[in-house]
Amino acid sequence: MKKISTANQASSLVRFSNWANKNRKWVLAGPSMIFVGLLLTVPLGWTLFLSFTDARRSVRRPFDLNGIDNYISIFTDTDRFWPAVMRTFAFTGGALFFQLVLGMIVALLLWKPFRGQGVIRTVVLLPLVATPVAVGMMWRLLFEPNIGFVNEFISWFGIPPQPWLANPDTSLATLTFVDVWQWTPMVALILLAGLTSLPEEPLEAARVDGANAWQRFWLIIVPLMWPVIGVAILLRGIDALKTFDLLYATKGKGGGSFNDVETLNVYAYGLSFDYNEYGIASAVLIFFFLMILGVIWTLRMLSKVKY
Amino acid sequence: MSKKSIPLLTRKSITRTRVKLSGLARFVAIVAMVLFFLGPIAWMVMASLKYNVQIYDSSQSFIFTPTLSNYDTVFDPNRGNYLTFIWNSFFIASVATGMSLLLAVPAAYSMSRFVMGKSATLVLLARIIPGVSLLVPWYFIFAQLKITGGYLPLILSHMFVSLPLILYIMMSFFQQLPEELEESGQVDGLTAIGAFLRISLPLSIPGIATATILSFIFSWNNFMFALVLSGPRTKTLPVAVFDFIGYASIDWGALMAASVVVTTPIMLIALFTQRYIVSGLTAGATKG
Repeated sequence: MKKISTANQASSLVRFSNWANKNRKWVLAGPSMIFVGLLLTVPLGWTLFLSFTDARRSVRRPFDLNGIDNYISIFTDTDRFWPAVMRTFAFTGGALFFQLVLGMIVALLLWKPFRGQGVIRTVVLLPLVATPVAVGMMWRLLFEPNIGFVNEFISWFGIPPQPWLANPDTSLATLTFVDVWQWTPMVALILLAGLTSLPEEPLEAARVDGANAWQRFWLIIVPLMWPVIGVAILLRGIDALKTFDLLYATKGKGGGSFNDVETLNVYAYGLSFDYNEYGIASAVLIFFFLMILGVIWTLRMLSKVKY
Repeated sequence: MSKKSIPLLTRKSITRTRVKLSGLARFVAIVAMVLFFLGPIAWMVMASLKYNVQIYDSSQSFIFTPTLSNYDTVFDPNRGNYLTFIWNSFFIASVATGMSLLLAVPAAYSMSRFVMGKSATLVLLARIIPGVSLLVPWYFIFAQLKITGGYLPLILSHMFVSLPLILYIMMSFFQQLPEELEESGQVDGLTAIGAFLRISLPLSIPGIATATILSFIFSWNNFMFALVLSGPRTKTLPVAVFDFIGYASIDWGALMAASVVVTTPIMLIALFTQRYIVSGLTAGATKG
């Protein structure tokens, strides 16, 4: 009896093992796909559904479909919605531009070996691993108009003190700068990985032919690096569009009292969890999601990079 | 003869000084870069060691008598238990990373060995989608299930960030691993899954280390999910830091101390695992 059952067990084990090996593609990938699928498609579908309803105030309050009312109300909202769209693009564009320029400079500086290179590469890494909320608090103190070090620093060069985060006209630019501080290292590391994998021959040939450093950079390094630059733009662009921690931690609800740093993500968050306007928030989120997809698609068309 | 040799000499010395000058310029640029990236962090640490009077006094910007009083404030049990917040952050980041690894490493292997276009797109979508658009439905669902405020919603939401990240890193790692080793393992009698478990998995330990470190860091740093989904018992460190400014006037010293407490563990990890972090962040970037 016992023998038969163990034999049975063994044979079912073998059968299971055979089955698992035959379908290993799905056995191995399945759990992950189900997890991501459930936590992604269900919420996305739910958001789409909520965007056509008047859900608000309490999550237990019953709600009704109200057609495209939410979309009409956000697209006609020139007070909060469209300025938030503009700020999202201004923040992302500004941050990306300076991160690329500075990131390339940092990457070029770290490219050729020198004494202490390892230590300096590690130092450069620190901003990007630092907790964004803490980074926000740190820069809040540094940019404090009366006691912050930044105003003290610029006074050494005879520049008068600036209001920085305290003024709605300068706060978004100031936070763009903080984003540049935190994420330039990321761009630099990606570009540095690209530089170190460049082929030697074209650079050597150009040097022999008498091209100077400037020409070598623009005519050889940049064209060869184009795919890597494209990846850096995509990765950073997606994250910059979605920036939340830094903006919310430094300026609080609604992106400051004048909504001066309220990007789409901050706006959608505020609508959802500060005002409990779930229906309108969902409409904003659907627009935001499509906008991100649109930006990615445009970048792909422009750079012809496969991500 | 002598007329000719002089310009030659000068030209040589010109190039030499030029090389020296560009070396010097490079040195200055590197120093400026280090100050730019490290200076603010150093300033935060210094401010955390000052009394507020010293923070307000610009003559004590660099030279001051340090104090640990701000750290006493941060860990003051009357303000909420900071040690619990540290534990929460650590616990949630560890469990989320561990469970994501269990799910994502086999999946990454499968996706890199078989062409799975649609599933890779799903992973990408997870990276693109704004967190808030997941939070609203999650909040709805978790509230209906009455599990808001517990660890489970936080772990699940953090996994949603770590899992795609680990998948992404491990996929590019497995793609670089030669298939021949597995094939020879199969010739020696291993099943396909056995070959994965016994051959590819041990070889991918550096990749797994990279994925683990990065996933832990991003989970530890996460603010938005915990801001909505955590309760008073399950609050994580970034939210605790944010709560420091809920009061009328900002206690700068304590705020900086709180910020140092959040970032120090992460920075220490980064210092010791620099190589892994770099390889993880640049994974897939150089293939075009």
